[in-house]
Amino acid sequence: MQRVLSVQNLRKVYGETVAVNGISFEVSPSEIVGLLGPNGAGKTTTINMILGVLEPTSGSIRIESIDLAAQRSQALEKTNFAAVYAPLPGNLTVYQNLRIFGMIYGVKPLGPRIEELLAQFELEKFRNTKTGVLSSGEQTRVGLAKAMLNRPPLLLLDEPTASLDPAVARDIRASIRDFVRAGESGVLWTSHNMYEVEAVCDRVLFLSHGQILLEGDPRELPREHGKETLEDLFITVAREPLSLEHMGEQA
Amino acid sequence: MSLERTAAVVLRQYYLLRGSPARIPPLFAWVAIDITLWGFITRYLNAVASAGFNFVPALLGAVLLWDFFIRVMQGVTTAFLEDVWSRNFLNFFATPLSISEYIAGLILSSISTSAVGVTVMFLLASLVFGLSFLIYKALLAPFLLLLFVFGIALGVFACAVVLRLGPASEWFIWPIPALISPFAGVFYPISVLPRWMQWISRAIAPSYVFEGMRAIVAQRPAPLADLAWSAALDLVCLVLACWIFRRVYRHAVRTGLIARYSAESLS
Repeated sequence: MQRVLSVQNLRKVYGETVAVNGISFEVSPSEIVGLLGPNGAGKTTTINMILGVLEPTSGSIRIESIDLAAQRSQALEKTNFAAVYAPLPGNLTVYQNLRIFGMIYGVKPLGPRIEELLAQFELEKFRNTKTGVLSSGEQTRVGLAKAMLNRPPLLLLDEPTASLDPAVARDIRASIRDFVRAGESGVLWTSHNMYEVEAVCDRVLFLSHGQILLEGDPRELPREHGKETLEDLFITVAREPLSLEHMGEQA
Repeated sequence: MSLERTAAVVLRQYYLLRGSPARIPPLFAWVAIDITLWGFITRYLNAVASAGFNFVPALLGAVLLWDFFIRVMQGVTTAFLEDVWSRNFLNFFATPLSISEYIAGLILSSISTSAVGVTVMFLLASLVFGLSFLIYKALLAPFLLLLFVFGIALGVFACAVVLRLGPASEWFIWPIPALISPFAGVFYPISVLPRWMQWISRAIAPSYVFEGMRAIVAQRPAPLADLAWSAALDLVCLVLACWIFRRVYRHAVRTGLIARYSAESLS
């Protein structure tokens, strides 16, 4: 089966600092993979490298078998992203933003696709509203609508529900799950909300100091490592990653 | 290269202009003020100077051409700065949009915005101050083209400076035309400059345009060889500017500057 994302020996070094240290993983179609870890673990660095805005020191990234380094535009046509730290230009309306990014991704037919997404994310009434004046939750919905414009085989979501209230966050998670079920998209999802990760992700990768420390089913992984919950496991990864490394070696 | 992606960059600028009327007056207001001011100065000079020399085509024409160059350069930089101000780099550069498509979009945006300014200047200079463009004969188009290419080249270079040094370096780029103007010989022949300044003048395309313009106004033969040399210099500047921008972009991708470009970023 063709993977939507294949990362091999990815490494990023800034001077003396190793931000990402030779990680390898894959994302399959219709799979939601959680990329977890404490602040500074290398999650956003990894996502930026997959998005082509940060050049790896070494290693390779293939999106649907297309090498990102060799065929940047072709590879990025097959992906899209939403991140809480990358809001869409606030001086354009919701419709204008979707139209511009739809053109950049070559979405055809664009008009009906925009209408579909405006309806799906309940954004019709904000169609002609400048994105910058929307609440953070509404802006997140616009960002997600933009991320789904081209029905990307690979969707990258960096803390997509970070600024949402629980009710909206639940709706958004449902939308993303529906999107994945309806097509063949794979999702790489970062979050600090372990409840959300358990509810959404099929598999998780725990990053610590730029390396993948643990990998597995988020519902099984805590028990396998003697923890009650995924959050307990997360805290251990953040505070005592060495204890988990030792457990891994003993196993 | 995708025309649709380039068109998206242009469409963004159109939407910004349409959505914010405050962005419209700067397209023509300053050049209109400049033409009005210099229009009256040339009228006064014509009144007090000896008969036989018409200052309108020599000075007002020079102002018009120089303002055209500034509008073109600022058209590119302003379009780029819109992405800086709205922190749009991550959104744009994490897409299939290539650097060539992005720069082409900035250039096309500049053509549209500078067309507004140049139209206002032409109308004001000809209708109010009697500047006849027929005096420049068929050379008006090459003059404009040479200044246009130079404006684009400097605009792309200025964008590279801001991308490399961070948004706070924006103030570096606004005085660039003023720094060049003494060497360009907008209002005087470059022969009046000290020798070291003349060497710099000979290395920039606009000086040949303004020397050529004065030659035409004085009814001397058109310096076609000089204009051809000016075109060659223009091309070198344009290729160099695009190369510098690409190198700066590569550096920004290598260091992660694109992903964390913010108000005071400096790398």
